[in-house]
Amino acid sequence: MADAAAGPLLRVEDLAVHFPLGGGLLGGRKRIIHAVDGVDLELRKGECLGLVGESGCGKSSLALSIVGLQAPTRGRILLDGKDVNGPGLGRLDRARFVQMVFQDPYSSLNPRQTVQRTLEAPLRLHGMTDRAEREARIAEILRHVGLRPEQAQRYPHEFSGGQRQRVGIARALILKPRIIVLDEPVSALDVSIRAQIINLLLELKDTLDLSYIMISHDLGVVEHMSDRVAVMYLGRIVETGGWHRIFTAPRHPYTRALIAAIPDPFGATRGAKITGDLPNPLEPPSGCHFHPRCPEMRDVCRQPVVPPLDEIDPGHRVRCVRTGELAVERTVP
Amino acid sequence: MTGDALLTVDRLRIDLAFGGTRYPAVKDVSFTIGAGETLGLVGESGCGKSITALALIGLLRRPLGIGGGRILFKGREIQNLPEAEMRKLRGNRISMIFQEPMTALNPLSPIGRQIAEMFVLHQGATWHEAERRAVDALASVRVPAPDRRVKDYPHQLSGGMRQRVMIAIALACDPDLLLADEPTTALDVTVQAEILELIRERSAAQGTAVLMISHDLGLIANMCARVGVMYAGRLVEQRAAEEVFRSPSHPYTSGLVASLPLLGARARDGQHRLKEIPGVVPAVTAFPAGCRFNPRCQARTEICVEVDPEETPLPHGGLVRCHHHG
Repeated sequence: MADAAAGPLLRVEDLAVHFPLGGGLLGGRKRIIHAVDGVDLELRKGECLGLVGESGCGKSSLALSIVGLQAPTRGRILLDGKDVNGPGLGRLDRARFVQMVFQDPYSSLNPRQTVQRTLEAPLRLHGMTDRAEREARIAEILRHVGLRPEQAQRYPHEFSGGQRQRVGIARALILKPRIIVLDEPVSALDVSIRAQIINLLLELKDTLDLSYIMISHDLGVVEHMSDRVAVMYLGRIVETGGWHRIFTAPRHPYTRALIAAIPDPFGATRGAKITGDLPNPLEPPSGCHFHPRCPEMRDVCRQPVVPPLDEIDPGHRVRCVRTGELAVERTVP
Repeated sequence: MTGDALLTVDRLRIDLAFGGTRYPAVKDVSFTIGAGETLGLVGESGCGKSITALALIGLLRRPLGIGGGRILFKGREIQNLPEAEMRKLRGNRISMIFQEPMTALNPLSPIGRQIAEMFVLHQGATWHEAERRAVDALASVRVPAPDRRVKDYPHQLSGGMRQRVMIAIALACDPDLLLADEPTTALDVTVQAEILELIRERSAAQGTAVLMISHDLGLIANMCARVGVMYAGRLVEQRAAEEVFRSPSHPYTSGLVASLPLLGARARDGQHRLKEIPGVVPAVTAFPAGCRFNPRCQARTEICVEVDPEETPLPHGGLVRCHHHG
């Protein structure tokens, strides 16, 4: 469980990632996609923060910024209180602090390298010059992820999908980081294999004292693994809180719609579905971005003012001007 | 076999030719679909559900081919139909919605023309008349401003809109049977709900039978009256949808239901360690002898390793392929 006394392990302040489009040789109108548009987040030690939202909501851009693979346009990222762009925190330090597990374990591993070479490269780079020490570390990490040390001599194609994801997790763990960003860690896997990887990730979190940021569109996985959840829509967080609050008493109409949209194998319904497609991110709707699809929309939602992310209960924040008027709907009886 | 079913698949076998050997990628798959009925096929990647659908519509290509069994559509055997005959059925009486609308639509042709093509090819309409009817077809799948949208190319549409166009094409000629292969897997969940509703509504209005294929148990349970569960090229269980996930008979089905972190489970029961199905899904070239699930099965005994189980009727309806059911 999260350690509330210490400061947050990761802090994201007013982070924005904008992608300019157009305005090329033909002199078209220059347009900007606001992929992430002012996000504040905290990750505490030992915690799993679930990040949910549909395609284009900015969750992957946010994750890439946190691991340093995407330069933010604005805002700050603090690891253990230190700014990633400030002095005293170089690229290598950052790599030892945050690592990432990618969705597709096949395309994220080099097919021409044995697992041994893939796992060894970061160790060399980080100054582990003793070969025996490197091999001991690789064997240790492989055992942690449920593989045998001799499997390090194999190539990625020699593994099954589930084993390959174990290799992907080993690659993220090899430098013993404190935070792992999991980007859809099980969605590329066979359904009957997912439980193995989910169980492994939860075990590793405890045994290796890790903290997770997990991106997933599978709300069942998010509910199962997360301590806290942040729901994103078109670059902004619209609701955040403890997993129990988010899943049993969601307050933002979008969160409710997401939960209602998941078909249940036992035929349960969880509230009204919404209509309409996701808007074009180049022309996001004014005011609350969700208003054109929102069943609770009023004139005030269209006003060109971004609704604030209000704290309605300790730790539970909602970005909706009508939160006070809308009844609390329980999704689980 | 029921004589009056719209579609009867009888001991279908699909072979994969690889390195001089023919591997049974699908073996002894039998099911029927009545007119207007929705049957779900659920299973993981490689279980043979998609190639079963391709066999029904005559789209298997080498190295895959039908290795045995019969496919009866309206009482007529269609598994060996000449290509010219199959073309008359395909898209007309039997049509298909594919998973990824961007790759299934022609990127160089306006969507209105791709819909109109169906009327020209199958109903002998003139292009002028067909393009007019394409507007109505687009309106029927609730694409806004259909008279302007017909001129759009696929890349100008969102994923959800593209899948609506696919549905419009598939349903253009009022087919008797619609094959929907993971029709919403590439879409966001809120859009998925709308597309499923559209398929349900339009197939009900036209009396179209549907074969719905998915790996998502929840989706299948919501859309289908009956469900077939496939594993490694075998139909291991066939039941009414409300029973198959509540009281599964095959160890694979029960293992799958127990392994999923279903929404709402943690709030009810707390954070449990999920039940794992040990092992991996076997490759087509390495299906085990006996019951194909036996290496991963908790209930395995000697007979499971040696004898391939037959389909056995269950006391309250349905079929299961397991030596130890019940």
